[in-house]
Amino acid sequence: MHPAYSVIVFTTATGAGYGLLALLGLLAATGATPPSLVPGLVSFGLAFALIGGGLLSSTGHLGRPERAWRAFSQWRSSWLSREGVAAVVTFVPAGLLALGWAVMGRSGAWIAICGLLAAACAVVTVCSTAMIYASLKPIAQWHSRFTLPSYLLFAATSGLVLLNALMQVFGRPSVPWLAAALVFTALAWVLKVAVWRHNDALGMPATLNSATGLKGGTVRSVEWPHTEDNYLLKEMGYRVARKHAARLRLIAVILAFALPGALLVIALLLRGGPAAAFVSVLAAASQLAGLMVERWLFFAEAKHTVTLYYGRD
Amino acid sequence: MTCLPAKTEKSLGLVIDLDTCVGCQACVTSCKEWNTGGHMAPLTDQNPYGGTADGVWFNRVHTYEHEVDGASRTVHFPRSCLHCETPACVTVCPTGASYKRTSDGIVLVDEDKCIGCKLCSWACPYGAREFDVDVGVMKKCTLCVDRIYNENLKEEDRVPACVAACPSGARHFGDLGDATSPVSQLVAARGGTALMPELGYAPTNRYLPPRANTGRGPKVAAPALESVGDAGGFFGWVDRVLSR
Repeated sequence: MHPAYSVIVFTTATGAGYGLLALLGLLAATGATPPSLVPGLVSFGLAFALIGGGLLSSTGHLGRPERAWRAFSQWRSSWLSREGVAAVVTFVPAGLLALGWAVMGRSGAWIAICGLLAAACAVVTVCSTAMIYASLKPIAQWHSRFTLPSYLLFAATSGLVLLNALMQVFGRPSVPWLAAALVFTALAWVLKVAVWRHNDALGMPATLNSATGLKGGTVRSVEWPHTEDNYLLKEMGYRVARKHAARLRLIAVILAFALPGALLVIALLLRGGPAAAFVSVLAAASQLAGLMVERWLFFAEAKHTVTLYYGRD
Repeated sequence: MTCLPAKTEKSLGLVIDLDTCVGCQACVTSCKEWNTGGHMAPLTDQNPYGGTADGVWFNRVHTYEHEVDGASRTVHFPRSCLHCETPACVTVCPTGASYKRTSDGIVLVDEDKCIGCKLCSWACPYGAREFDVDVGVMKKCTLCVDRIYNENLKEEDRVPACVAACPSGARHFGDLGDATSPVSQLVAARGGTALMPELGYAPTNRYLPPRANTGRGPKVAAPALESVGDAGGFFGWVDRVLSR
């Protein structure tokens, strides 16, 4: 599948943003003391910037972005529409939470409710994003039991690593949250490697025999309907990244999991201070870059059944 | 509305005979000609006279070699929208631009609502939908909805343009939901098949498989050339002299 930059940015940034937002919601709901004004504004600002930037970016690959508002209408059948609705609904409890907890420094029952609602909405939104891909039967790599857990785990991981970076920067390092970021990074690493191994053994969900209705024997494409690449081959037959898949996977593993993991261990050993804050921010930046490479591969390595008709598999 | 109708009154579709299709591309060009002025008009082309020509087509004819037990044959295979009973291209649409008609089962795109997110083309396993980069919306076969009910046309012309154009009678149009219709009977008689049934889209269109090889044809077109034997007589003498 052709990896559109806008969609790579969209899924990675909103994943991290909703992960961070859900964690902030849980922090508020568990009765943690409100952060002071600047850390609160920066934390929610970062979460909203990642979410808003990602959502805006997602309109970048639309043919008619001025009609994007129509995408909120078909939530009864379409995961893309549900994702849009969930994304907008999330802003309500999240906005109230940012205002009440972070800006006004309140705590109490309604803050806890807003926190839980914001976290729940964030999880629903990430699930909807994952289901856009997981519901597509022609692409075996996406129509897989791994897609939904992957999106959720990557969102939680990048949210935790961002939360740790924010805590370190504002001089409130927390060993449990840092440890959680480290554990989730390791889990995400294990899951990604498992998904790649699973995908490498996957075949197409159909054959050229069943695609043409020609039973038995072998079917071989001898002539295409057209001499140049058409929309189908440009969009569904993208093969550039697959050529470098092994190298790109290594880059993704290093940037998204290995390097952030090592940096988080250093931060753990440093026990706070400017140096720990620096490596924590570096870990978050590296992980986001690594997840973009991972997401690029998620698209580029996905094979669509239409390529069967062109004798490619 | 992108929720699918529980049942359609008719299931209009095509039956394509892979035995008689000669791969002439007449259906392809006829489709493009009609539809670039029809319901989904225009079907734009990019760089049509350059080296990287590309454009929107609803119908594409592939050519395959089908080999069974050492015997192979060439099969021309027209590929277009199958107007599925459960088309995921419709249900994934976030805007309601894609819909399946309750009256006749035709799957259509409302060009005024489409935002060009391309998700429907990802959801179609058959590659039936093509994005129009000029207009910024998705386009697809309409089963010539602007011909089949068009009272300005003569009755015999109220069939899809591809069916009207086919010179070998390989394309048939009708109601596949009605078991007594000529197309349904043709499918029953010839063992017509649905494409990629394992994906569960329940396509309406059917493909008639090529008939079994009768074995009546000549095995070899012409005997192989043999070396010239000794002719004898005058020409034999000439042959011997010139061969020295």
